[in-house]
Amino acid sequence: MTYAYSKIKESRVTQSGEILFEDVSKTFESEAVSAVDGVSLQVAAGDLVVFLGPSGSGKTTLLKMVNRLYEPTSGKIWIGDEDIQSLSINDLRRQIGYVIQQVGLFPHMTVKKNISVVPRLLDWEKDQIQSRVAMLLDLTGLPDTYLERYPNQLSGGEQQRVGLARALAADPDILLMDEPFAALDAINRERLQKELLRLHCKLDKIILFVTHDVEEALLLADKIAVLRDGKLIQYDTPIDLVTKPKNAFVEELVGTNNILRRLSLVSIESIIKAKGRLLDKPITMDQAMVEIPTIHSDADLRSALSLLLSSGSDYLRVEDSFGTDQGLISMEDLREMLSSNQLIEKKKCDEISD
Amino acid sequence: MRYLINNLDLVGELFLQHLQLTLIVLFFALIIGIPLGVVLARVKWLQGPIMGILGIIYTIPSLSFFVLLIPVFGLGTTPAIVALTAYAQLLLVRNWLVGLTSIDPAVLEAARGMGMSSWQRFWQVEFPLALPMLLVGVRLVVLSSIGIGTIAAFINAGGLGVLLFEGVITANYNKIFSGAVAVTVLSLTANYGIRTFERRAERSIHGAQVNH
Repeated sequence: MTYAYSKIKESRVTQSGEILFEDVSKTFESEAVSAVDGVSLQVAAGDLVVFLGPSGSGKTTLLKMVNRLYEPTSGKIWIGDEDIQSLSINDLRRQIGYVIQQVGLFPHMTVKKNISVVPRLLDWEKDQIQSRVAMLLDLTGLPDTYLERYPNQLSGGEQQRVGLARALAADPDILLMDEPFAALDAINRERLQKELLRLHCKLDKIILFVTHDVEEALLLADKIAVLRDGKLIQYDTPIDLVTKPKNAFVEELVGTNNILRRLSLVSIESIIKAKGRLLDKPITMDQAMVEIPTIHSDADLRSALSLLLSSGSDYLRVEDSFGTDQGLISMEDLREMLSSNQLIEKKKCDEISD
Repeated sequence: MRYLINNLDLVGELFLQHLQLTLIVLFFALIIGIPLGVVLARVKWLQGPIMGILGIIYTIPSLSFFVLLIPVFGLGTTPAIVALTAYAQLLLVRNWLVGLTSIDPAVLEAARGMGMSSWQRFWQVEFPLALPMLLVGVRLVVLSSIGIGTIAAFINAGGLGVLLFEGVITANYNKIFSGAVAVTVLSLTANYGIRTFERRAERSIHGAQVNH
């Protein structure tokens, strides 16, 4: 291990580090109002937190203060038990992965060189870099024939995968993502969202993710920080945000009245929990004519509704992850859950299979 | 043509003198111009005034510029080098600056966000990406120095201009012709050579596209 690498290791933030924003404000010189205004929030280790808000809400500014592309006017940001102001700026940035909307790959470097930028800055050994790059290419779903390609030979989606691999190169504990999928087409966006979720479940890193896309936020987030005019309006789990919005702004933003959206956040387990015991047999007679489809207990209610409608059955048979029969649910159960307070959020990592 | 063949030694020596003058000018032009361009790319408000001054210098007629410098630097190559280097700044800095400022800001932000120091950002990102435009500047500097350099023979700076001036004074058309041919050969060769480097640099920043 070379000197520079071991030095970085020593100054590395605590492994179990959480991120703490302590009354953080930022006012740009040219502007009268604050871009970020007194934001305090705590990000638990391993969480994927989405900064959600309309443009000008300060979400990107807040993000860029974490790797000190912007310095706060007042307030402090802590990673673990270290004030980020006390760390060397380039050491800090090399420990934080950074992905931006425009990707920003280096056009004169091959995919391999792009990915290995930070390891090279950290003076990693050559073969260590080599195996890391190969691993990351695999992790982000790119074929290893891409190693010697240049960014302009890749599609937009592939470029962002390389961007993601580059950000993960030195195995940072924190990943900052500034609207990373906003410039992609719908198909690629959805694909990359799913893969990010898979990576997040697998890698256990703090991910701070900026977006103005509510669907994306609800899909990805463990917790969502809703920002408006630089202020933190609400900081909650997706399901709490949708069912208990703090004010009309949040209500409108997340679409509290959007029933399908609400259903998509709730797990079938909520029904099992609420009812205690599910039906064993159908009540209605004519159900005998139709085969009852099976659904996984981790699935969300929106999928259940969709299955009920498409199959023509009045019931769905629920199975848990061991394949054990849990009983039947009906349309009536779904309707009841819409007004229930005891909602169990669907587990994001469970539906991900490798 | 016969003059050229009979006096190949003399023409060759003057040719080398001319080449040497051009390379010395290029050397000083780069030493001054590269840092100047980097400063201008970072300190935007300096761009207007500095480029204005370089533009004014460029408009001074060459013969009078050479003569004006004689009281300070005397006769010979020194005033020629000073004047040509001063002219070169506009051509070099303008192109180099375009190269530096037209780099995709997202690329620079990524470089910063990944923790490259400003020195690393310059050598690993900015310099290679702006290199094709720098080479455009280099080519213009070399061509204009070869051209204006012929006039420097008037103040004893040597070079192929000697053949032209002597030819005019002695009404020796062969001499003029030889000088003109030699200057043209020098210019065309330099142009072709530097263009090759430019293309190579362009290719490297646009990826391997061209190789496929």
